[in-house]
Amino acid sequence: MKLLSDPKPFINPYLAGALLGLVLFFAFFVTGNGLGASGGLNRMLVLVEDTVAPEHVDRTPYLLSMAGGDANPLDSWVVFVTLGTLVGGFLSGWWNGRIRPETNKGPNISNRTRWLMAFVGGTFMGYGARFARGCTSGQALSGGAVLSVGSWAFMFAVFGGAYALAYFLRKFWN
Amino acid sequence: MAPFPIEELFGQAGAYLIYLLIGILFGAVLEMAGFAKSTKLAAQFYFKDLTVLKVMFTGIIVAMVLVFLTSGLGWLDYSRVWVNHTYLWPGIVGGLIMGVGFIIGGFCPGTSLVALATLKIDGVFFALGALFGIFLFGESVASFDQFYNSSFYGRFTLPDWLGVSTGVVVLAVTLMALFMFWGGEHLERIFGGKELHREPKFRYAGAGVMVALALAVLVIGQPTIMDKWEQIAAEKEPRLTNREVQIHPGEMLDLMNNDQLNLVMLDVRDEVDYNLFHIVDAKFTPLDSIPTLIDDLHGEPSNTVIVLMSNDEVNATTAWKMLVAENVLNVYLLEGGINYWLDIFGHGGHENCLTEPVINTEGDEELRHVFNSARGANDPAAEPDPHDIDVEYTPKVEIKVQQSTTGGCG
Repeated sequence: MKLLSDPKPFINPYLAGALLGLVLFFAFFVTGNGLGASGGLNRMLVLVEDTVAPEHVDRTPYLLSMAGGDANPLDSWVVFVTLGTLVGGFLSGWWNGRIRPETNKGPNISNRTRWLMAFVGGTFMGYGARFARGCTSGQALSGGAVLSVGSWAFMFAVFGGAYALAYFLRKFWN
Repeated sequence: MAPFPIEELFGQAGAYLIYLLIGILFGAVLEMAGFAKSTKLAAQFYFKDLTVLKVMFTGIIVAMVLVFLTSGLGWLDYSRVWVNHTYLWPGIVGGLIMGVGFIIGGFCPGTSLVALATLKIDGVFFALGALFGIFLFGESVASFDQFYNSSFYGRFTLPDWLGVSTGVVVLAVTLMALFMFWGGEHLERIFGGKELHREPKFRYAGAGVMVALALAVLVIGQPTIMDKWEQIAAEKEPRLTNREVQIHPGEMLDLMNNDQLNLVMLDVRDEVDYNLFHIVDAKFTPLDSIPTLIDDLHGEPSNTVIVLMSNDEVNATTAWKMLVAENVLNVYLLEGGINYWLDIFGHGGHENCLTEPVINTEGDEELRHVFNSARGANDPAAEPDPHDIDVEYTPKVEIKVQQSTTGGCG
């Protein structure tokens, strides 16, 4: 393991973007589908809910559509994209010596505050991503590239929401 | 033509393997861009490091240009590419909530996965939070179901909305992205203290290539519905010449009385003939309106059978080619058209058939039967009673179910 060697620098953002565009195009060209992340998380969660409380899943229409009766919530393309994202992230991190336990945060807050923020922010993100029927990957990136009106409106809303609040949270990040 | 029916070609397991590979490439690119690092993502919102903007919009314009270039060249069928359906207001509200989550938590769902995979502890907490948020959504969505399903526009694209060609939008989005990069770099200089002259020169070449490709998309254009037909004509034309899709009036009458089916009848004649007489429940859809119906027809349930009709067969055949070119399934046309239908079932104007029924495949699309008033669907022949009539025919309708491209964050 390269755990302790110096991590390599990140690649140029335009180069990363071009690679991202090629991956996205490859996905559309071969499968007709784009990318996704929150949908896969959603289905993994539904699997747990279906194991713990199957009657509850059967009574909640939103969950039922993914796990009703014998349906396996993991039986969906987006689950495999999500699993792949984890594997790909790990492989690239390992290759570049960037796998190391750490907490990235602004200099003025403690680790614990950062973890709490991450959890709270994640909760908003997860809720909003389901509300908007897709996250930054599945809506903004994929829908944006194929010119969906809703995806573009969504994308501006994400940036708008974040910029609107950024000033008030500046102490946490700077 | 792409996209490929990967489940048919490689089986379910093979298809999932392809999705896994796509995910791996996606995760690797996110990691290489530095998206496992929350401080780098959050810096976007303080104008210090606009990596998020650059990666995201470069990704969008590269994929966009390639999608519409290959579509223009006839290699990719855009109608089978998943375009996220527009639910305008739920999307905007969800987006705002996500924006709040982004600045508080420092990740989005995809990037938190990569952070988790590289052992970033804040990424672990974020991913747990995201799961909790998704859980809360599943539990609460029933209470605002109506809003969640509101302002639905289906497959609605920027060219549809703006009323301009796809090429113009592709070029405009490309130029907008380049303008944002230019502005973004200046913001990085001001707020992040970056020295622009030390940025790599290849980005100018890249910008030039993107503009050139976007111009190529504009010049090549997108295939018209009849171009698409030409591409598949060799494969599909035999179905017309072998008369596999022209259904006998008797079969259509049975379809009309079959509760198991969702029968969609489209009458492509002009308004005068439609008002004189039409079959009950047949929709008035003149030929030039057919392209606007495609999305609705794609949204019909899988037990749908579509039957097209004109006075003879010529115009219905043209409409059939359009729908088949757009991958609408289970499309048939009424054999001999309305003229043959009236030959067989008669009508209020003259109860008994005056002549032997005639199938005029190359007919001039004139209504041969005389109506002295506009009867519309108020004519006995508009809805013949199947019990009174016994006609023999060879059934031709077979229902095929499409392997659907469902996408979004599924």
